[in-house]
Amino acid sequence: MRSRSVFLAVLLREFKISLTQKTDIATIFFFFLIVASLFPFAVGPDIGSLRAVGPGVVWVAALLSSLLALHRMFESDFIDGSLEQFLLSGEPLVLVVVSKIFAHWLITTLPIVILSPFVGMQFGLSAEASWTMALTLLIGTPVLSLLGSVGAALTLGVRSGAALTALLILPLYIPVLIFGVGGTVASLQGMETIGHFSILLAFLCLSLALCPLATSAAVKIALE
Amino acid sequence: MICSQTLQLLHFMRFWKYSTPQNFYPAAKKIAAVFFVLAICFGIPGLYVGFFVAPTDHQQGEAYRIIFIHVPAAWMSMFIYVVMAFWAAVGLILNTRLSSMLAQALAPTGALMTFLALWTGAFWGRPTWGTWWVWDARLTSELVLLFLYVGFMALRASIEDPRRADKASAILAIVGVVNVPIIYFSVKWWNTLHQGASVSLTKAPSMASDMLLGMLLMALSFWMYSIAVSMLRVRKIIRDRERNSGWLNN
Repeated sequence: MRSRSVFLAVLLREFKISLTQKTDIATIFFFFLIVASLFPFAVGPDIGSLRAVGPGVVWVAALLSSLLALHRMFESDFIDGSLEQFLLSGEPLVLVVVSKIFAHWLITTLPIVILSPFVGMQFGLSAEASWTMALTLLIGTPVLSLLGSVGAALTLGVRSGAALTALLILPLYIPVLIFGVGGTVASLQGMETIGHFSILLAFLCLSLALCPLATSAAVKIALE
Repeated sequence: MICSQTLQLLHFMRFWKYSTPQNFYPAAKKIAAVFFVLAICFGIPGLYVGFFVAPTDHQQGEAYRIIFIHVPAAWMSMFIYVVMAFWAAVGLILNTRLSSMLAQALAPTGALMTFLALWTGAFWGRPTWGTWWVWDARLTSELVLLFLYVGFMALRASIEDPRRADKASAILAIVGVVNVPIIYFSVKWWNTLHQGASVSLTKAPSMASDMLLGMLLMALSFWMYSIAVSMLRVRKIIRDRERNSGWLNN
């Protein structure tokens, strides 16, 4: 009961803060749209080639938006001392971290997931493939947030933190990207997608179990 | 019984003596010298076997001889990452400075080996497959491994306080070591799905025993070289970090 109230309290706090930073969140949302919109200019408006790159483009755009938003997760709390207060409060830091990651995903990435099928249709994907893509993103992007939280915590208060986070975290995103895009492409070709979803769910379970531990250890190191 | 236990304990304590930078600093010099000699002892016969004894491959001609560099470099690149993560984790858990210094010293050698494996792979690929690069599972994983090494070194370099850098990079190395097999199998699966673009490397032709001998000698030489050069680098790291502690100047 107690741990649930801590979780909810942190979640509520994150939502209240995000209400004061609406433009930040809108920026991330439009970043996703703009990155996805650049590709027709790069590869040409031919719907056949757009359909071939579509799932990859939407996934990479979502991945980059999630990366762009990572600095929001801990940085301001680190600077104004709230993170230290969380640590001193005696509540398990892992719980605070999980709550912050979940809030971060809900606020910055869920809108992108909801929008993604429409962007998929712009790339000539069938309705079914678009919905499958949204579902792969729904399962895959929390893994990105969980992995990203480790990078965000490790680079707290570090020179050129944003670029460094990208360097640390992007290689770890590769498996999620492979199976997220793979599931969408399989659906586009009318093949079975259950295998992709099983593996994405396995990634989610694994990262949910391990990443918060690494992140809270990294937060403690940053606060020493 | 008691006697042997005491001996074991003594042995144990002598070993631990070297876990302080102060005692390890002179020892590292001796270890480096021994392993440099060993690297040369394995390297010269290895190169001789590779260039003069091993037969010409009937499919690939002389170009295949790059494997005497390529394969040992690829082996070391993966092995060093695991060793580096191990020492980083020991440093994090037991709070021993020297372990973290070892991890720090191993990273550039590992990155170098990864780079060598990629570079010689391109040189091998050009005459045998007709292309410098294919998105083959092994090549791609090796590229990701290079990114992981670069990330480890970049994180270290951007944190001022060396103890904090030790701990932060240790967490990154542990996360990396958990992810390396996942990345490898994902990339392998992804690659088999897109068979058309790639060349199958998994069917290795039966290898002449001279080739295997040359490769093993070169692998041992690379191994010894990696130990020797890491020891020299540990000495440099100790000099950097302990410059104000006094004992270095005596």
